[in-house]
Amino acid sequence: MSDLVEGRTGEWEVVIGLEVHAQVASNAKLFSGAPTAFGAEPNANVSLVDAAMPGMLPVINQECVRQAIRTGLGLKAEINLVSVFDRKNYFYADLPQGYQISQFKQPIVGEGMLRLDMPDGSTREIGIERLHLEQDAGKSMHDQHPSKSYIDLNRTGVALMEIVSKPDMRSAAEAAAYVKKLRSILRYLGTCDGNMEEGSLRADVNVSVRRPGEPLGTRTETKNLNSLRFIQQAIDYEVARQIEVIEDGGEIDQETRLFDTTTGTTRTMRSKEDAHDYRYFPDPDLLPLVIPQEEVDELSAALPELPDLIRERLTGEYGLSAYDASVIIEERETAAYYEAASAERDRKLVANWMTVELFGALNKSGQSLADCKVTPAALGGLVGLIEDGTISGKIAKDVFATMFETGKDATAIVEEQGLKQVSDSGAIEAMIDEVMAANEDKVSEYRGGKDKLFGFFVGQVMKASKGQANPGMVNQVLRAKLDG
Amino acid sequence: MSDLLSLSAVAARAALDAGEISAPELTSAYLAAVEETAPLNNYVAVTAERALDMAAASQTRIKSGEAGLIEGIPVGVKDLFCTAGVASTACSRILEGFTPTYESTVTANLWREGGVMLGKLNCDEFAMGSGNETSAYGPAVNPWTGADGVELVPGGSSGGSASAVAARAALLATGTDTGGSIRQPAAFCGIVGMKPTYGRCSRWGIVAFASSLDQAGPFSRSVADNALMMQAMAGHDTKDSTSAATPLPDLMAALDKGVKGMKIGVPSEYVMDGMDSEVVALWEQGQAWLRDAGAELVAISLPHTKYALPAYYIIAPAEASSNLARYDGVRYGLRVEADSLDEMYAETRAAGFGEEVQRRILIGTYVLSAGYYDAYYLKAQKVRRLIKQDFDTAFETVDAILTPATPTAAFPVGRKVDDPVTNYLNDVFTVPANLAGLPGMALPAGLNSDGLPLGLQILGRPFDEASLYSIGRVIEDAAAFSAVPQRRAGGAS
Amino acid sequence: MSVDKSTVARIARLARIHVPEERQEKLSSELNGILDWIEELNEVDTGNVEPIASVTGHSLPRREDVVSDGNRVDEVLANVPETASGFFVVPKVVE
Ligand SMILES: [Mg+2]
Ligand SMILES: [Zn+2]
Repeated sequence: MSDLVEGRTGEWEVVIGLEVHAQVASNAKLFSGAPTAFGAEPNANVSLVDAAMPGMLPVINQECVRQAIRTGLGLKAEINLVSVFDRKNYFYADLPQGYQISQFKQPIVGEGMLRLDMPDGSTREIGIERLHLEQDAGKSMHDQHPSKSYIDLNRTGVALMEIVSKPDMRSAAEAAAYVKKLRSILRYLGTCDGNMEEGSLRADVNVSVRRPGEPLGTRTETKNLNSLRFIQQAIDYEVARQIEVIEDGGEIDQETRLFDTTTGTTRTMRSKEDAHDYRYFPDPDLLPLVIPQEEVDELSAALPELPDLIRERLTGEYGLSAYDASVIIEERETAAYYEAASAERDRKLVANWMTVELFGALNKSGQSLADCKVTPAALGGLVGLIEDGTISGKIAKDVFATMFETGKDATAIVEEQGLKQVSDSGAIEAMIDEVMAANEDKVSEYRGGKDKLFGFFVGQVMKASKGQANPGMVNQVLRAKLDG
Repeated sequence: MSDLLSLSAVAARAALDAGEISAPELTSAYLAAVEETAPLNNYVAVTAERALDMAAASQTRIKSGEAGLIEGIPVGVKDLFCTAGVASTACSRILEGFTPTYESTVTANLWREGGVMLGKLNCDEFAMGSGNETSAYGPAVNPWTGADGVELVPGGSSGGSASAVAARAALLATGTDTGGSIRQPAAFCGIVGMKPTYGRCSRWGIVAFASSLDQAGPFSRSVADNALMMQAMAGHDTKDSTSAATPLPDLMAALDKGVKGMKIGVPSEYVMDGMDSEVVALWEQGQAWLRDAGAELVAISLPHTKYALPAYYIIAPAEASSNLARYDGVRYGLRVEADSLDEMYAETRAAGFGEEVQRRILIGTYVLSAGYYDAYYLKAQKVRRLIKQDFDTAFETVDAILTPATPTAAFPVGRKVDDPVTNYLNDVFTVPANLAGLPGMALPAGLNSDGLPLGLQILGRPFDEASLYSIGRVIEDAAAFSAVPQRRAGGAS
Repeated sequence: MSVDKSTVARIARLARIHVPEERQEKLSSELNGILDWIEELNEVDTGNVEPIASVTGHSLPRREDVVSDGNRVDEVLANVPETASGFFVVPKVVE
């Protein structure tokens, strides 16, 4: 177990469970017709329902239900055909109703599983405890006024999926891998945009430590972490803090903590101290959510292919390396690009061109695949030219650079710039004869035993051909002439 | 004027269509009646100008043959309904000055059908009470007067509504009924009150008390008027997830169907300790009337009746404690300034909620809190199922159930009661219908020896309001209840 | 189960209602009165009974995912006790 942490008094095992809040991709809110769009003027995306005006009632958005089902299916989870919305009661400035509509006893999605692909090519399975639908809260701003907080209800009532993992993770890196994989699945499914900067995906991390083999220790929950880096920092800080507290003879309080992004530390959340009695009960404004099995079947049939399955094909059937596969499948668009580009080509060669040249160029130019001028067909075409010997790999790089700039087809570029590889054995022989004639001394040296000079001759011939000579043929003919 | 006030809504509609009277005339008569009965404190706001504008518009529609079901009929609105541009406070200080920008579905339906809004009617604060004594505007008073002229409560929570209709200060009025808040005041004031099936009337725009129990319904002086108003206010509303899509039958057509061949259940458990003997006698009289009209009376058992009230006093406060959390001083209504947010909440809610509301919020908070949820809330929800099953079983053999509406007649305003439970017992006959979601009608059937009205209650199958109107009409005809309250507008003509 | 003064204080705190010390005693006896009466329910055998939260027997109706609301800041803030720059304003919250 390489994940064990060394303390002053021995080794500790870290136990991590995550509650991820993923904003459901939908036009309107979970229980009101107000928009979910990011960045509106304060309180512009607010209906009278969201503002909890007297007499206002919730009506559920069908698409949010379906997105939750899709996500459940993507997590290989059980879909509960009957689920119930409960009220979670607490007072807070950004919670206008005085309760959050959530699902407590009977969530829409039950147990599932998420597979982590580790860098060494091995896999780990992380259990999913449940997924439920609930309302997001509004936003409080504490820095606008010395003695006041300002409240914006634009986010209030936006649909969230709370996805709760089992306490199956053992390191900060694993937790980060989990969130990354979850984000990828959500984006494949189109059920959450995964935009962590805008708060579309936030994680609460539950951390505890124990001696290996011992029962679970007391956990703390650090709330609302909105980047992979913060998740890892918060976990590392909590692990170190908890070990120190216990090793100093203290005890861990089960509590909610806040993460300070500037210091990378966590601290007790004051406002939640006495708010643990949420008095959940079924929301009497809503009826049980009943999902016909046929609806689940329909959604299941329409589900896109998910990364795990694509990975299996890429590493199995196509023979790609674990690394190339993981880079290609990270986004649904990338995987689709790859499938299209490599359909009739050498799969490995296309993967190599994508991960090295294409992604390198995109990175350098700051473009995304969506605005890239090189179509999958064009990249496939370029690889085709390499495969059939029309151009060498070296020339191909220049061709690609032009493609990336102009969006032109590889064949057209090769034609225009006369880059076609010389594979005519007569022409190559002539060039070789010329080079040998101009370097008689080196020919003697080579024949005298200085084998290393072979590379020199190859270089000279390629130079004479302006790089267009077929390198395989050059090698073959040169070897025959020099040795002959 | 008194002629106009003595017209039923059905008769007024006919007279309006025939051009014998005009809508502005009728409305003016009622506005005058509102003023005349002002000492009853049944209105908390009178919208005279709006009423006259609406009446004028009604007159135009009547003339062009576009009259709605209640075109030109003056209607009072319980202050629990949100009415656009008119302060709506649930008779609570915490909603002081709150003026909705929206109209509740039920009142919007009434205005769409031509109703004319007279104003907002007094009620118990957040509909919590059985005497209209918890209102921030002070108690509404019953137009019926007790012995020695003692002032009586109109019942509650829709006390202002019942008082106004009985006193002829409104021809029709809306109420809401969570545990009897329409039927009990109707009985106390000698008028007809209907709590329809849960889901029949939209709850959208009505200040919530207990969402799984609240239903809006009509008050009227006759069964036919009640059916007319019900027809105008009910209907499916997609803005309320608990609203039923079940179509409303023609209630006016049900009025003359009679009860021949109907089986009417008489539950043995509705005889209670301390029940007024006159109430029992009236109940027996009611059974005789129905038998005479051709119905078969059947003894039935509703074994869990006794437990309805305690279950109700867990479920209703639990839901209320959550429903009333939104009154926090942040977005509308009263705010008591304080240094911290939590203090602001606590001071605002202490100042804004009256004693009974606070008591119920605390009970509701307690029964939902960690460690008590199973023992109280969950237990009550289980008993609620048993109560519903009692009715389901009964309705396998009977078409409706006849019971007294209240254990006693109206009691004096300010009657001193040392423990809240005594007050809660007023709802003993009405609460089961709310727990089971059934329709229930209360209507006057006689007077007690003090000359105060006593009412009977008819309970029906879900969505079978029509049978209640058939039965109600038979009782109304047989009882020929013609007594009138002392303090009604236009004198006892 | 009996509600003492400290329980009254705890639930009043949960309900965010300031109950002055001198009212706690009276409230605790009132609440106990109500709770004693409510405990009649314990006479009922509910061993095999499922709790019921909704009597309609219907399932939850759903609406289409269409933006049909919002953009009504004036209405949202129409009754607000304190506002600034389109926000609701409350005493400063310390997290
Ligand atoms: Mg959490
Ligand atoms: Zn959550």
